[in-house]
Amino acid sequence: MTGEVILAAEHVGKRFGRFVALNDVSIGFRRGRLTSVIGPNGAGKTTFFNIVSGALAPSEGRIRFDGNDITGLAQHHFARLGIAKSFQITNVFPWLTVLENVRVAVQALHARFDIWRPRARHRDLTERAAHLLDLVGLHGQRERQAANLAHGEQRSLEIAMALACEPKLLLLDEPTAGMSPEETKSMVALILRLAAKRTVVLVEHKMKLVMGISDHIVVLHHGELLAQGSPDEIRANPEVRLVYLGQAAA
Amino acid sequence: MTAGHLVLPGTRGRRLVDAIARHRVAAAVAGLLVLPWVMPYQALAVNVLVYGLYAVGFNLLYGYTGLLSFGHAAFFGAGAYGCGIAISRFGVPWPPALIIGTAFAGALGAVIGGLAIRTRGIYFAMVTLALAQCVYAIFYQWVSLTGGENGLRGVNAGRLLLFGWQLDLIDPTTKYYVVLVFVALALWLVSRVLDSPFGAVLEAVRENETRARACGYDVRATKFLSFVLSALVCGLAGSLMAIHLSVVPIDTLNYTTSGLVVMMTLLGGMGTFFGPFIGAGFFVVVEDVTTLYTDHWQLVVGTIFMVFVLFFPRGIWGVILQWLRP
Ligand SMILES: Nc1ncnc2c1ncn2[C@@H]1O[C@H](COP(=O)(O)OP(=O)(O)O)[C@@H](O)[C@H]1O
Ligand SMILES: [Mg+2]
Repeated sequence: MTGEVILAAEHVGKRFGRFVALNDVSIGFRRGRLTSVIGPNGAGKTTFFNIVSGALAPSEGRIRFDGNDITGLAQHHFARLGIAKSFQITNVFPWLTVLENVRVAVQALHARFDIWRPRARHRDLTERAAHLLDLVGLHGQRERQAANLAHGEQRSLEIAMALACEPKLLLLDEPTAGMSPEETKSMVALILRLAAKRTVVLVEHKMKLVMGISDHIVVLHHGELLAQGSPDEIRANPEVRLVYLGQAAA
Repeated sequence: MTAGHLVLPGTRGRRLVDAIARHRVAAAVAGLLVLPWVMPYQALAVNVLVYGLYAVGFNLLYGYTGLLSFGHAAFFGAGAYGCGIAISRFGVPWPPALIIGTAFAGALGAVIGGLAIRTRGIYFAMVTLALAQCVYAIFYQWVSLTGGENGLRGVNAGRLLLFGWQLDLIDPTTKYYVVLVFVALALWLVSRVLDSPFGAVLEAVRENETRARACGYDVRATKFLSFVLSALVCGLAGSLMAIHLSVVPIDTLNYTTSGLVVMMTLLGGMGTFFGPFIGAGFFVVVEDVTTLYTDHWQLVVGTIFMVFVLFFPRGIWGVILQWLRP
């Protein structure tokens, strides 16, 4: 049902040694909505994503997905459950072709145990990968090695790979980082298209962009939940204004 | 790269490479069928088969999964001793002895691999080396079973009546083609695995573990399976070695045997299907030829190896590929 909480972080804390990166963060992401997580550099946004996507175990608190407690589950189960993340720093298979990058990601859901039938005979996997590449606008780049793509293209490849596990919850960590204004524009269009069909959580720095497209905004600051609400509520929030001093009006 | 300056044969070369790649097992077997007739003598050709298969098994783990083991002598040796002991101590005929040797290496691979995959990089290499040295120590000490320092003697495969057909492994030509049957079978199996979706997962783990995990792959299970498969292939190579030599020298388990396969694989071209075999063949032949002229064959082989690592890091097959398919 749209509107209900699909993923809930309950009193999540994360320490790196003695450093507290996250402290008592409780957030619920609602199904079918586009939620943005904002906050200054070092606020703990990426750490939060790592916990929600299973890459890191929280030091305290629990994660619930579709009502099930998934805290501490091995990371590879997260993609299978339908939680996928695109990385803030591009993280692909550099010397495989663009198509193979996505094909391997698609395969994780459908043919994990096949040690015998040739890959080429799993036509459906290749077709699905090609379809995802069309979706993110990388149709013409299929045969290139991922390492040789331009920065913006690699960001798109990240997203195609995240989509490969047919996620119910898609986490995008600064997908437009380092992109030109034109690239950003087409990325925003893509994000909106993706958000029409599934729950998307977005970490973003560009305030104007976030305010324009989000249903809900969560503000992290020094590892704590500072505020959450609609874009208008966040814009009007004095504490948020203070943190973003001058930027908030943008 | 350096080899790019050579004359390029163009599309014909590309088509040739594509055809070879498509029928890589057939191409390898075709080459190996004629090998004894271009070798100085046939025992040498059997060495190429055995070490070639050993390198293919190693390459599965190193070239395709990205895990550098310095302890693969343990699996080559486990195969050799497993098969050799079955034949010499228990009178098992050689075909089931091959299976025993291979299975023993696989089981050892499960133990050593299960421990080693908990570590990474140089620690992985060191753990495999240390555990392989333990295996060496056990076989060295257990004289009553293994012959200890003197090696295992009396591994006589001899004759076998197969469907009314006399197979006499004393005859070098027969021996070569019998060994080739097993090598071809193993190459076909390895090729199937590499071509399968699981083969793609191996490459994914090699390329980027973090991403493979994020995609939903159990990286540890993948590494473990790759390790055991690699040990099985190397174990079969070792078993064939025991039958070939009729003895199992204790040096089979020595760390130099572990180092040898690293060099063969790098020299031939790691992460390619033909590279390890070519590297092994090159090593075996160069060693054999240079020992005719000098005791310092290791110097010659070492120099060639260094030149390749420094100037042709993709190895012999890598250079050939680059030349044919720029
Ligand atoms: N693996 C780690 N070890 C130690 N400190 C870390 C680690 N990961 C993140 N941090 C620290 O946690 C804080 C939050 O980082 P991060 O989540 O990347 O912030 P954001 O994505 O909001 O910019 C930073 O101060 C960072 O230095
Ligand atoms: Mg970040």
